[in-house]
Amino acid sequence: MNKILVSGKVEGIVLKSNDPINFLGTVDKKTGVISDKNHPLFEKPIKDTILVFPSGVGSSVGAYTIYSIKSNNAAPLAMICKKVDLTVATGCALANIPLITISDEEFLSIKNGIKMSLDTDSSTLSVHQ
Amino acid sequence: MELTREEESALKGEQGETMQMAYRILVATGEATDAEKLIPIEWAHLSGVNYNTIGDAGEELLSSISKDARVTVKTTLNPMGFDIDNVSNYNLDENFISKQLSIRNSYETMGVIPSFSCIPYEIFDIPKNGTQVAFAESNAAIHANSYDNLKTNKESAFSALASAIIGKSPYSSLRKEDTPNITIQMKVKNPNELTYGMLGFYAGKIGDTSVNISGLGEMDQRQCKAMCGGMGTSGTCAKFNFGEGDSNTEKIDFDEKEMQNVHDELNTSEKGDLITLGSPQLGLDEISDLTTKLKGRSFQKRCMVFLPRTVKEQAQKIGYITELERAGCEILADCCTCLTPLISKGDVDAVTTNSIKGAFYLKNSNGVDVNLKSLTQIVEDETR
Repeated sequence: MNKILVSGKVEGIVLKSNDPINFLGTVDKKTGVISDKNHPLFEKPIKDTILVFPSGVGSSVGAYTIYSIKSNNAAPLAMICKKVDLTVATGCALANIPLITISDEEFLSIKNGIKMSLDTDSSTLSVHQ
Repeated sequence: MELTREEESALKGEQGETMQMAYRILVATGEATDAEKLIPIEWAHLSGVNYNTIGDAGEELLSSISKDARVTVKTTLNPMGFDIDNVSNYNLDENFISKQLSIRNSYETMGVIPSFSCIPYEIFDIPKNGTQVAFAESNAAIHANSYDNLKTNKESAFSALASAIIGKSPYSSLRKEDTPNITIQMKVKNPNELTYGMLGFYAGKIGDTSVNISGLGEMDQRQCKAMCGGMGTSGTCAKFNFGEGDSNTEKIDFDEKEMQNVHDELNTSEKGDLITLGSPQLGLDEISDLTTKLKGRSFQKRCMVFLPRTVKEQAQKIGYITELERAGCEILADCCTCLTPLISKGDVDAVTTNSIKGAFYLKNSNGVDVNLKSLTQIVEDETR
């Protein structure tokens, strides 16, 4: 784990994207389903997942979208990125969604669908066997 | 990031949920920008006011936090979507108006000065050299760093609001070091405000956090504002350093060819159905100059003039507003060309403006075509 941007402790199933996510326009804020048909996670719900993706892109208004998704109970349990951007950082801070960054190697090693737990207090990110 | 014991306790929620959220925002922003600590600021300027940009999620968030959040430093506010005095002349629905008034009310409840202006540097007194502030409006952050000897990062709407509540900002980037990645040499002869707007737009594209800029002659306030507005539109860069910079810095020319590229990107029409002036909003000097230019002349099509309410009131006392209205101008306080809901694709195909910032948003957000002209040219072509 490189940086802890928003702290917290969660356990859940990984939903991984190798493409960045633009929260404004790519994610349905009511359902938390990826609505952009050009995105590799098209039609996948991000609700209650540990969402792993390289970084956020796009307008800073996307931070409000993250807040809305959380208000609609459709948000991920945590987000894990390679590179941090201010939209995802402030969005997760507003919505109180744990957010960390990890190295390229760690990013490569995380597979879609595995169960993981994250605890920022002890700086641990581990895979359940 | 190192936090004091008091900051740690607020982050844990011991000072209530709103303070906890505000601290979460500053810590996340600080970690993202490699800040080692929080430092006090004396003035926050907030974006995220226009219902057109923040929508229902923004309105709801502000309404919720305004129940207990209060700003602790001087805090001013960006433009909103309309001028309440004449909103009935425009085709805005009731929902927009009531949501916008709710946003206004939330900010006022939090203790924010309802300035509704993107030119705080022109209508408020500037604190002493080197003062740390937190400006979210891009043109204002750039103006503050480049012309007013203040220090700010290009804040997000959220980090500026959290800074206003806590009275601190993350100590990162332009608040400390200042190493421009490039020097731009201005080579265009006889520049007007449109040229400076295009220069700023170009600089914003190639600048990292700050740029050196050389070859500028005397510039008036209109030209300075155009340059800051242009830069804020195209990138994350938030400061001009005036001069050549050191010999190791990469040098690049802004010449007729580069200017033409920017012009071709933003100018999509040969004429406009209406004219907008003010993005950034016009200050009193510009209103005075416009009144002089329009003496004995009248616009042949609609001309919307955007300015802060305080400037409108001063201009009214002096008699400028009567003169401008006689010449056919629609005077709009509290709002701006940038992200205005008052111009829609259904009614207007193309807009004539001298603002690069305005052009960018008219094109990308309002979806209308843009015809770029300097103010002098606008007066020559569009009035009789």
